[in-house]
Amino acid sequence: MQSKSFKPEEYYIEDEPYYQPIGDEIAIFEAAYNQKLPVLLKGPTGCGKTRFMEHMAWRLQRPLITVSCHDDLTASDLVGRFLISGGETVWVDGPLARSVRHGAICYLDEVVEARKDTTVVIHPLADDRRVLPMEKIGELIEATPEFCLAISYNPGYQSVMKDLKQSTRQRFVALEFDYPDAALETEIIMTETGIDIATANQLVKFAHMTRDLKGSGLDEGASTRLLVHAAKLIHENIPPVTACTTAISQALTDDADMLVAMNELSSSLF
Amino acid sequence: MKSKPLTLQEIVDFLDICFEVEFTFIKSELAAELIVQQTRSDQDFILNLTRRVAATNKELAFQFAMNAIRALDHMDQHMVEAWAMSATDNYDSKGLNPAMSVIRDLDNYVDTAHIRTCGAVLAEEIPVLLPFAHGLSGRKLKIAETEGKHSYTDTETIFLPAFTSLFEESKDNFLIYKASIAFLWAQIHFGTFRIPFEKLLDCDAPDKQLNKFFTLESIRLETCIKRELPGLYRDMQTLKQKEEKQLQRQRIEIENWRYIKHKLTADNAGIHDTLHCLALVDEIQCPPPYCYQGILKPDLAGAVMQKRIEKEKAYFRIALKELASENMKNNATDNTEAEFEMDSGAKFDIRNKADRQNDTQQVNSGVIELEFEGDLVALPDHVKELMTSIIVDFGEIPPEYLYAAGPGEYDLKKYEEELRNPNDVWQGTYHEEGAELYNEWNFKRQHYHKNWCVLRELELEPEYDDFVENTLHKHKALLKNLRHSFEILRGEDKLLKKQVHGDNIDIDALVEAYGDVKSGMEMTDRLFTKMHKVERNVAVIFMVDMSGSTRGWINQAERESLILLAEVIQILGDRFAIYGFSGMTRQRCELYKIKTFDEEYNDEIRARISNIQPQNYTRMGVFIRHMTRLFNNIEASTKLLVTLSDGKPDDYDTYRGEYGVEDTRQALYEAHCDGIHSYCITIDEKARDYLPHMYGAANYSVIDDVAQLPLKVSDIYRRLTT
Repeated sequence: MQSKSFKPEEYYIEDEPYYQPIGDEIAIFEAAYNQKLPVLLKGPTGCGKTRFMEHMAWRLQRPLITVSCHDDLTASDLVGRFLISGGETVWVDGPLARSVRHGAICYLDEVVEARKDTTVVIHPLADDRRVLPMEKIGELIEATPEFCLAISYNPGYQSVMKDLKQSTRQRFVALEFDYPDAALETEIIMTETGIDIATANQLVKFAHMTRDLKGSGLDEGASTRLLVHAAKLIHENIPPVTACTTAISQALTDDADMLVAMNELSSSLF
Repeated sequence: MKSKPLTLQEIVDFLDICFEVEFTFIKSELAAELIVQQTRSDQDFILNLTRRVAATNKELAFQFAMNAIRALDHMDQHMVEAWAMSATDNYDSKGLNPAMSVIRDLDNYVDTAHIRTCGAVLAEEIPVLLPFAHGLSGRKLKIAETEGKHSYTDTETIFLPAFTSLFEESKDNFLIYKASIAFLWAQIHFGTFRIPFEKLLDCDAPDKQLNKFFTLESIRLETCIKRELPGLYRDMQTLKQKEEKQLQRQRIEIENWRYIKHKLTADNAGIHDTLHCLALVDEIQCPPPYCYQGILKPDLAGAVMQKRIEKEKAYFRIALKELASENMKNNATDNTEAEFEMDSGAKFDIRNKADRQNDTQQVNSGVIELEFEGDLVALPDHVKELMTSIIVDFGEIPPEYLYAAGPGEYDLKKYEEELRNPNDVWQGTYHEEGAELYNEWNFKRQHYHKNWCVLRELELEPEYDDFVENTLHKHKALLKNLRHSFEILRGEDKLLKKQVHGDNIDIDALVEAYGDVKSGMEMTDRLFTKMHKVERNVAVIFMVDMSGSTRGWINQAERESLILLAEVIQILGDRFAIYGFSGMTRQRCELYKIKTFDEEYNDEIRARISNIQPQNYTRMGVFIRHMTRLFNNIEASTKLLVTLSDGKPDDYDTYRGEYGVEDTRQALYEAHCDGIHSYCITIDEKARDYLPHMYGAANYSVIDDVAQLPLKVSDIYRRLTT
């Protein structure tokens, strides 16, 4: 079977991605979109930021171009660069320029991972100018009304090295995300994986236990995404304790004592 | 070839040196007569260990030598060594007599040897048990050792016995700890302590009454555990069965059993159901608690609870006051800068999203929320923690807690933990309170002295004199040079040519490639330029010797070096900290905070550098271990520990010569294992004799001319970090 391939700006999400709102984030995002305001999503890893973006792209019927930022990401990676083809140089748009031209939603995931000088290129797009200067070809692209810029970051990582510059963050409407409450999280896990309510409840309890350990040995507690992973394994008849170890504990820490402690917690629950 | 056994005279000669007989008058011959009958390998083993013990105490070593053969009859060499080291540890912590009794009480040690092989030792299990306890919801519980045999809780700390060895398998013994923690957690969490115990025990036989209560309450608590932690509940049942089998215990059926069971195992059974059942049963024969259930100490728990409840009420109501005034400020629509001084009595309401009660997870998962004047209030983490703790105590937030505190209603000072001023340490009677304890390596014993050095971090007062100004003026030209060379380091971006991927086209490469193609060769794909940027991620601690021997020129040069270095490190943006160290004996290791990682380099820091004064001695190992601990809290790809010193490690007591050098070496090795690079800059001309042994051949610099120190230190730093 051959998979279909799309250009990112032509790919529209057709089926509604499952997303369970925690508050009024959908209304706020829509309002910001209508008013052409860029959006900043804050929240711990795996709490549903990317899923929310997919959901909004489906809802607004715009293509979603996601860039996962890393510390080697340069401005050229976002804007575009010259390539050589048949002895001539050809300009190729980067994902940001494509989004601007085609009125897509450009989502820069984990933007703090990118170097600070890279993030600066989004500034003219993120205020009322809404233009993207492309120095190398001496052009300026004006964003179409449908274009939307969204960035995400995890304040939990906050250290001197990884913080968002004030000049960047003060251009965005900020939406704060957190893990859903226990009942909602149970429902999410059940809908995503089809496991029974009792197991889902225990998984959520385990997640709370690990979140209580944040700061006493763990940097982060288990995210909803990890719970979904564990639940999927359980659904495939992997014993719950093994599923918790492989999908959650091992993903959270390498510390041997901590792993034992987390296994003791999961084996107490199941 | 087997070596010949040592002769009596050879052994006596060896022991005479170990025991220093000309001073101690120990009769080496007595021990030698026993040892001479052994094989050569046993002789070597005993003599070697005797020498190691003698490094601690000669008399102890003599007793060891006298008992070693008997010990070897009962235990293998590994265990005998552990026995000897247990005696020296006892000597360190308790003194000669307790150490002697470890040696003399050999039989007891042999008897309990099996505990050491299959039992669970609390100190070893703590790294696992503590996160386990923290993972159970509610208040963050502490774990401590009890001197008794039974576990119990005071509602904040879980007290567990030092070791458990009821079962033959270590896994089961560990499980006792785990089950104890969960059981005691359940007592706190499900309201065992929410009843007035004075009233309950106000009867003719309070002990019997408490026993009865405990038995019934255990039934209820285990139901709670079954519901919350079904996996652990199963393990508890297995433990019970094993215990019954092993101790041949019979399960006792209580009168009215069916009714009681029905009542106490119901989903909504509360503490009042236990009390209700208490009245139903009389004169039951209470079974002894199971191995993990421990005992109840209502007096202790009551006292701790009372103190906490009072304190938390004050903190909570004050937090509400702050939240209320913040809320009113935010809601103010006019621009007038009105003062929002709260009247007492601003009332908050609880908004319950779910109708479940008595579950502290509600707070954490955001189910219990507070409303103020109809608006939802965002709760900071510390308030959430307070709410959790209050709910654990009462099962709810009592209505009177929901009124914000009035002005001056509470004096928080009353509740603040009494913090000792470390500067007063020698004026008072406490020597080890509030200090950090570190091990020290004894190379003769080949073993650590446990919790041996007492380290305190002290503040160094800033001294605002003209030293900084003079230094900057004096080294004006040098500083300019240094700045220049450090600036070059900063701009380390390199343009890489002929890359497969890159930001721009490499025209030279393209022209060349074009030429290649025209001449019929294959075109290369390396046609791009790429900017390679290196971000520095360096954290460095400067440890400055403040020993008495630095008085005068050296101290001056050290301070000048630090000023210059700090000025130029700023250019690179490296994180740095400066600490001064000195002390006298292991009881008094003093670390002076000059600049911590969190502090910004400013005039106050400069003034502190100016105030670096020579103090006492140089006991280095403990400070290096402390620095390692500090570094472990810092995330950096390069961690560098630079020591500025003027001589060998040296202290008033035994920390001289080889002992000090070996301990320092061991501490540096520990730092190395944690990924810390150590470097020493010294002005001691003899340092070449001992520094290579301590730091390694390439990790030190000896500076012959003190006046050169400021230049050299910066220069060395530049070399080290590039």
